[in-house]
Amino acid sequence: VSYKDLRGMKDDEFVDILEERRCSSDLGHAFRTFNPQPYKGGPPCSAADLNKALLDSHFLHRVVKEVAMETGSSQEKVMEEAGEILVEMSHNLHLPFIRLMGYTFSKVIKRLFTSIFVNMDGLNTLQQAVQENPVILMPNHRSYVDFLIISYILFTYDIPVPVIAAGVPLAEMKIVGEILRRSGAFFIRRSIGSDKLYWAVLSEYVRGIVRHGFAPVEFYVEGLRSRTLKSLTPKLGMMQMVLEPYFKGEVFDITLVPISISYDRVLEESLLARELLGVPKPKESTAGLLKASRVLQEDYGSMQVNFGQPLSVRKLCEGKINRSYYNLVPRDLPMKPSAEALACVSWLAHVVVGLQERGSLISPWSLMACLLIQEPTTVLAEQGLLWDDLTEKTLWLRKMVLDFGARLNWPGEAPNSAVMSSAISLHRSIVYLKAGRVYLTQEEVPLRRHRISPEEGVFRTAVPVLMLAAYRNQSLHALVRPAMLAMSICITRSTQRDELFRFFCFLQEVFANEFIFIPGNLSQDFEEACLCLNSCGAVYISEQEVRVSEQSSEVITFLQKLLQPFIDSYQLIFRCVCEEEQVQVFTEKQFLAAVRALALKLILSGELHTYETLSSDTQKNVLSALCRLEAVAKSEINEFKVNKAAVRRITDALCKSRQGSITIFNYNYSVSSIIQVQLQLH
Amino acid sequence: MASSSSGGSGSGSEMQRTAQHRISVIAGHLRRPAEGDVAVRAEECKAPQSRLEASGDGRTVPMKRHEVMKWNGWGYSDSRFLFNKKGQAEFTGKRYKLSGMILPALKDWFEGTFGASLQHKSPATPLLNTSAVQAPTLNQDFVEELKSIGVPFSHEAEDRAFRGHGHCLHEIFALREGKIGRVPDMVVWPNCHNDVEKIVALACKHNVCLIPYGGGTSVSSALECPPEETRSIVSLDTSQMNRILWIDEKNLTAHVEAGIIGQDLERLLNESGYCTGHEPDSMEFSSLGGWVSTRASGMKKNIYGNIEDLVVHIKMVTPQGVIEKSCQGPRMSTGPDIHHFILGSEGTLGVVTEVTMKIRPVPEYQKYGSVVFPNFEQGVACLREVAKQRCAPASIRLMDNEQFMFGHALKPQVSSIFTSFLDGLKKFYITKFKGFDPSRLCVATLLFEGNREKVLQHEKQVYDIAAKFGGLAAGEDNGQRGYMLTFVIAYLRDLGMDYYVIAESFETSVPWDRVLDVCRNVKARVVRECKDKGVQFSPLSSCRVTQTYDAGACVYFYFAFNYRGLSDPVHVYEQVEHAAREEILANGGSLSHHHGVGKLRKEWMRETVSEVGVGMLQSVKDYVDPKNIFGNRNLL
Repeated sequence: VSYKDLRGMKDDEFVDILEERRCSSDLGHAFRTFNPQPYKGGPPCSAADLNKALLDSHFLHRVVKEVAMETGSSQEKVMEEAGEILVEMSHNLHLPFIRLMGYTFSKVIKRLFTSIFVNMDGLNTLQQAVQENPVILMPNHRSYVDFLIISYILFTYDIPVPVIAAGVPLAEMKIVGEILRRSGAFFIRRSIGSDKLYWAVLSEYVRGIVRHGFAPVEFYVEGLRSRTLKSLTPKLGMMQMVLEPYFKGEVFDITLVPISISYDRVLEESLLARELLGVPKPKESTAGLLKASRVLQEDYGSMQVNFGQPLSVRKLCEGKINRSYYNLVPRDLPMKPSAEALACVSWLAHVVVGLQERGSLISPWSLMACLLIQEPTTVLAEQGLLWDDLTEKTLWLRKMVLDFGARLNWPGEAPNSAVMSSAISLHRSIVYLKAGRVYLTQEEVPLRRHRISPEEGVFRTAVPVLMLAAYRNQSLHALVRPAMLAMSICITRSTQRDELFRFFCFLQEVFANEFIFIPGNLSQDFEEACLCLNSCGAVYISEQEVRVSEQSSEVITFLQKLLQPFIDSYQLIFRCVCEEEQVQVFTEKQFLAAVRALALKLILSGELHTYETLSSDTQKNVLSALCRLEAVAKSEINEFKVNKAAVRRITDALCKSRQGSITIFNYNYSVSSIIQVQLQLH
Repeated sequence: MASSSSGGSGSGSEMQRTAQHRISVIAGHLRRPAEGDVAVRAEECKAPQSRLEASGDGRTVPMKRHEVMKWNGWGYSDSRFLFNKKGQAEFTGKRYKLSGMILPALKDWFEGTFGASLQHKSPATPLLNTSAVQAPTLNQDFVEELKSIGVPFSHEAEDRAFRGHGHCLHEIFALREGKIGRVPDMVVWPNCHNDVEKIVALACKHNVCLIPYGGGTSVSSALECPPEETRSIVSLDTSQMNRILWIDEKNLTAHVEAGIIGQDLERLLNESGYCTGHEPDSMEFSSLGGWVSTRASGMKKNIYGNIEDLVVHIKMVTPQGVIEKSCQGPRMSTGPDIHHFILGSEGTLGVVTEVTMKIRPVPEYQKYGSVVFPNFEQGVACLREVAKQRCAPASIRLMDNEQFMFGHALKPQVSSIFTSFLDGLKKFYITKFKGFDPSRLCVATLLFEGNREKVLQHEKQVYDIAAKFGGLAAGEDNGQRGYMLTFVIAYLRDLGMDYYVIAESFETSVPWDRVLDVCRNVKARVVRECKDKGVQFSPLSSCRVTQTYDAGACVYFYFAFNYRGLSDPVHVYEQVEHAAREEILANGGSLSHHHGVGKLRKEWMRETVSEVGVGMLQSVKDYVDPKNIFGNRNLL
């Protein structure tokens, strides 16, 4: 199955589900008859049955025996412990609570959003799919609002509501935790590590739900909310648990449903930007939730929920998995999955993330953000950008993105200029329009402070810039492949397909944490990039060559500039790691602080133009990339050791030719000196 | 249903009466063929031992098989299903219990299940077009010498065409369309072991390919002539080697010629008060030699064992000479058991000529039974428990919901209002009062055998276990009808094929913990494959658990679909069957429980028995038959 076939995209009919909520009673909605068609594969069972089956399972008993042997405690005691884990973990899906949740949710979302668009086709196919096979709902995760929206929609359209994997901190919220539990949430600890018993209970719990087809299972394959609105590298633990019943033949098939949720404006936008700049995330608490109720006062535009085409795991795994791997051992023997199965799990997870991306709708604002962020920050903050230029370029970009095959959420009925100006006004926390020019919004200086330090100044600017970057990221999935090709063309200055392809692969490898690509899909990605650039007339392609056309150099320039912040950030951080002299080993914390300090310094001196280097997300991604490329080794006690020669090789490859952009290689900043600076500051 | 015997001391005629009665009981419907059916008999062998008086008469299979049996379908020419002018299904002939009866519910079930219609017929070619049969490639030297030893043979088109196929769907489908592929060039009918030795020696001498032919009921393409075979192919029909040579009452064994078919063996032994208890579903037509060379399994194996448990001694003629053991010890530790080279060799090593088999006194009492379960899962759990307690009746089978419905469609016309009233009441009790979902419930059929008291005790034990799994006793009738279905199913396939419906069955064995998974996944796979391959109507995809063992069970699948609108239905069916087998193997099922490998399932042998395993088998073949005289190319 080629990736393109999987997209199965056509312009579905999106319906605003809030429209009906605004003209009929929420109470009536909450008490509607809820009579969904259940899974036909097995007799119905209750949540209590599931828990009982788990505690009685041979699998758990085997593990309990092992754990008892290893720890020297009695089996009864370990079993008791397993029972407690289950109590902490298990959901208690209860229709009355779904109704309560539905009622509250109606009230809240009507305040927050002008509309919630849902594709009806997707819902109809889902309704069929849940009857045939166990279904796994896999939304992307961009906001806390995501958490119950799927349940809410399914409840509204008479489809069995899912059980949802959530983090234990949510369970610890007073009252809210219990409401979530009864609305179908089950809770997983954040760091399980090597706790064998916990793994056993969790995995058997999840498998049990899938095996019995108790309810659709919903989880975030990205593991957590993306702070950058970009897709995250999928986490494989949960994915493996839900797929195992298929690998073992315990179910005929499993249906994966990628769901793309996109927001015109994300509730947590500024919180997320601050988090990226190092302000710790507030702990989930009921009090915090109540305090956050001031967000209810603001307008967040619309939200789009796109239910993707159901994917058959069986079809996708054809030829990739040898299910007879399990034939010679008892079914309930705890077993490590085969390498083949792990590779398949990872591949499927990436496929789903890819489909989530392609299913999400790009807003006009996101296109504008792509353009705005390419302006020098000082210019944007002080001189502003000519409104007419911005609108003209946005329309140009719209056409290009459409040529690339992306899905846009561009309201058809209003004039284009109105669409764009309403986008600006929705995002006045980031930019504002004054006298025909667009300026970067900066937080007002508190009155009691008459002077702010230059560092604070950078921080104040960085907040809206990172928000802007996050909205740009909403479009990246449509642009990243051609952009990487454009970057390859600019850096290698080659027209040879082979050479471009090699560099394209190198970029994918370096930026694998930044942009999610499906493993083993390189040549299709490259092919797609070529076709995209060709479709907008930017290149001519032939068997051996990819040649830039003279008249469309602006496409190449735009795309190259789109990726430049990433290239610059990576190079700066590589350099920073390399220039190291005394300190050979550092922790992640030291690393982040050092990079931040260096970036801050260079931004102040005007030598570094991108604020994204300040983002802890970028910094962590670079560290992961270096580990992945084996240029940095991570020790067991989570310390990092640099192989400078390897880092230099990567740096050199990335800067084969530098043209027009900043040169950052003359600085003699090193981690040790930065760490010293840090220590002095504190 | 019960029959009591006076314990073997009665007079001959009484014995015969008991036997007669028993025949009607065990197979439910088998009737002794009319005297006129006895066909041409070849000259008797000059065998040294004297023959049992009773064993010679009443042979069911004549040399000219096509005179009594269909050349392009299952079973006897006089017995077939058809839809009469009123659109009611009936079964013709006089041989079976069902013969002459009307089955009022079959039409609706048939049309409803397959989307078929009585208006759309796909009739078979009525007569064999002998000109479509290739002219025989004869090895003249072989033929000459064969004549000189006086073994009957034929190279008539009818004889040859009849022996070029088994009963796989693709084989029957081709015959119905009048297509005849490569068939044997001649047929020989040895009359005894010595004849076989001579034929094999001649075949070796003249380099002729021999394909042993027993009952012709193969469903593994085992009888198909390899198209790449260039030598003259001779079909060695064992049907005339059909005598019971002796019965040893002290050791309870019988020495029998391997060409005897199941129903004759059982009938003749019954006349002496004995039985083998080996009752494969094909027992009306399949032969003892065929059972040995395919590792057959009988429905009552829980009491009597499978064929490998039943044989005490085997004699086989190979190109290297005769292989047999020197004594009849019940068990030996003399290296690998050479019987196991023969059992399952599928005609690739030689011809089984004589077998000594265990026999048992005819049981005093038999009783059918049935249990209805709320769902298949519960039914399997019950069978597992029965196996665990090792208290399985002679036969215990669990049909899924689809087969339960199918069984109902085969209910003959009810004669009285009272019976139909009772049926209605039963249905009401199960579905309304007990709350069983009619679309989920399934039924287990039971057969108990032994002395009366023990049977009743045993019955209680089994029903008590069933009750723990929500099972409700559902009467003897349902049980008996379940077993009848087994015997008529192959006739029903021919009916389906008259109306664009093709069907096939296949089987596997699987550990207990995977039974449900195999059943669910294979059934679903069949449905999905049919859909993907463009089958317009959803297929019948059904299974039953037919045997229980300590460590697992045998599962039997049926699938059937309406092929209207398909340009190459046989190809579609082959793809579906192939996919289903892949699914079985992926889920931990075996390549075959009792049908064998033949040529149909050869491609999976390597993964089934490992590279070394194949090598071992190959080296045996290379030693025993270096010139590939037994060249049917099965198995390896």
